[in-house]
Amino acid sequence: MPETRSKALNPGLVLTHVVLIVGAIVMALPYVIQVITSLKSYQETIQVPPVLWPAHFQWGNYLEIFSASFPVGVQLMNTTLAAAARAAGQLLLGSMAAYAFARLKFRFRGAIFAVFLSVLMVPGQLFLIPQYQVIQTLGWLDTLQALFLPGIFSAFGVFLLRQYFMTLPLELDEAARLDGCNPFQIYWHILLPLVRPALVALALLTVVNSWNDLLWPLVVNSSPEHLPVSAGLANLQGQFVDKYQLIMAGAVLTTAPIILLFAVLQRQFIAGFATSGLK
Amino acid sequence: MVVDVQRPQAAPRTQPPPAAHRVRRRSSEGTPLPWVLLFLGPMALGLLVFYIGPVLVTFYYSFTEWGVFGGVTWVGLANYAQVFTSPEVGRALLNTVIYTAIVLLSIPVALLIATLLSRRSLRFVSVYRLLFFLPVITMPVAIGWLWKLILNGDFGILNQALAAVGIQGPTWLSDPRTALISISIVGVWASLGYPIILFVAALQGVPPELHEAAALDGAGAVRRFFSVTLPAVSPTVFFVSVLTTIGALQMFDLIYVMIGKSSPVIPQTETVIYLFYKTAFIDNNKGLASAIVFGLMVIIMLLTLLQFRLQRRWVHYA
Repeated sequence: MPETRSKALNPGLVLTHVVLIVGAIVMALPYVIQVITSLKSYQETIQVPPVLWPAHFQWGNYLEIFSASFPVGVQLMNTTLAAAARAAGQLLLGSMAAYAFARLKFRFRGAIFAVFLSVLMVPGQLFLIPQYQVIQTLGWLDTLQALFLPGIFSAFGVFLLRQYFMTLPLELDEAARLDGCNPFQIYWHILLPLVRPALVALALLTVVNSWNDLLWPLVVNSSPEHLPVSAGLANLQGQFVDKYQLIMAGAVLTTAPIILLFAVLQRQFIAGFATSGLK
Repeated sequence: MVVDVQRPQAAPRTQPPPAAHRVRRRSSEGTPLPWVLLFLGPMALGLLVFYIGPVLVTFYYSFTEWGVFGGVTWVGLANYAQVFTSPEVGRALLNTVIYTAIVLLSIPVALLIATLLSRRSLRFVSVYRLLFFLPVITMPVAIGWLWKLILNGDFGILNQALAAVGIQGPTWLSDPRTALISISIVGVWASLGYPIILFVAALQGVPPELHEAAALDGAGAVRRFFSVTLPAVSPTVFFVSVLTTIGALQMFDLIYVMIGKSSPVIPQTETVIYLFYKTAFIDNNKGLASAIVFGLMVIIMLLTLLQFRLQRRWVHYA
C-alpha cells in the first residue's frame, strides 16, 4: 500500500503519463475528426468557425459514396480481391521457392538465391516502367489482374520463408523420405504446416501493402470501376472539391477493415512488421 | 581456438555416422531437375519478368529518348546530363532530402515514447501502443486526406485552435513556405509507430541490472538514458534509421493526395518519385524518368553505405 502511494506521487510517473496522454491524443484525434466529419452535412464541413459536432448524424453520406462518380463498393471489392490474390500467390509460390532454396540440392543454388536477394536492394519504382509494358503487352491494362500480377512475385517473401524453413530440423525430411514421401509430399504435408507462423506474418504484410498501395494502380488502371479504393480515393482530388464529408466516409470504410484485422491479429501483425523492415 | 584444436581428435570418433550421411546426401546431391523446376520455376520466372529483367531494361531506357509517336532512340548520356542540370530535378531532390531529414526526427521521438512505455508497472501500455501503431497500417491516401482537412486554411481545425489563442495560421498546404514542412510533419506522425514497436522490444532486452548499477553509482534518469539505454538499443536505432531513410526517399502518396495536380506549390513540394511518376506516365518521357529513378537508386545506395560506415562510430553491439 505505501508503495502504490509513493508511485502515485512520483513526479516522474506523472510526467510520463502526461507525455503519453498528449501523444495518444495527437495520434487518436485525427481518427476521431475523420469519423465525425464523415457524419456532417456539407454545410457543416465548410462552416467557419468549424462545427465540432454535427447537429444530425448524416448516415446518408455513407450511401451517397456508393454512387457512380466514386463507386466505392466496386473499388473496395477490387482492393479486397487484389489483396487476396496477391497474398495467396505469394504464399504458394514463395513457400515453394523457399522450400527449394532450403531443402533441394541443385547447381547454382547459392548464386540464384543471391540474385533473388539483390532484388530487395532496388527501390520498387525502378521496376515500374517495364512492369507497365509487360502488362500492356499482355493486353491487361485497366483490368483486375493487372492490380496484383507483379505483386504475387516477391523476393522478400521467398527470403522470409526460406529463413523459417531453415530452422526446421532436417530429420523431418529424412524420416518422411524413408516413409516414401516425394519432395512435394514433404513440402506440402510435413514442412508447410510447420512454417505457419511465417506464412501468417507474410500474408498480413502482403495484404496491408497491397491494400494501401497507390502508385502501381495509378499507373496500370484508369477507369473508376477498375481502380482499387486507394486510387479511387486519391483521384477525388479535384473532382469532389471540398466534399469532405464524402471523402471521410470513404476513408473510414477503407481503413476500417484493416484496423479490424489488426485488432483481431495484433500479435501476428507486430511479429510480421518486426521481422520485415516494413515493405 | 579451443574448438579448432579439439575437432581433429573428435572427428575420427564420429566419422562413421557422417559417412553414412554423406552417402545419402550424395543420392540427393542433385535433386532431379523436374522437382527443382516445379518448386523454383514459377517464382523465378515471375521475378525475372517483373523485377530482374526490368532493372536491366530501365537501365537501358535511361540512355534513350521516347518519341511522341513511339520509337525509342539511343541518346547516350543526354538524360543523365539533364538530370544533373535540370533545376526541377534538383529542386525535387532538395524537397526529398528535406522531407527525409524531418521524418528522421520521428526516431528520437519514438525512442522517448518507447522509453516511457517501458517503465515498469505502467498501465494502459497496450492502448498506447495500439494508438501509436494505427497510422502504420492506415492507408497513406486516407492519412493524406485527413490531414488535408485538418490543415485547411479556412475551416481546418488547426487554424481554428490557433485562432482561439489569437494566432492567424497560414494556409498550410498552399503556402510555399509551409507546404513541405506540413507534409513532413504528417510524415513524422505517420511513421512513429514502427520504430516504437521495435524500440519497445529492444528495451525489453536491456538487463535491469545495468540500470540498477548505474543508479547505485549516482546516475540520474537522464544520465542513465544516455549511458545505459541508448548504447544498448543503438543497433535498433541504426536499423530503423536505415529503413526510415530508404522509405522517406521514396515518398509519393502524401504529395499526390495533399498537393493537387495543379497546385501552385508543386515545385516546392514534389519529391523525386512524384517527378518520376509525372515524367514517365503523364509526360510519357520514359527515358528521362528512367535516368531519374536510377539516380535515386544510386543516392539510396550511397546513403545506406554511408550509414553503415558511420555506424562503427556510434553503434554498440553487445
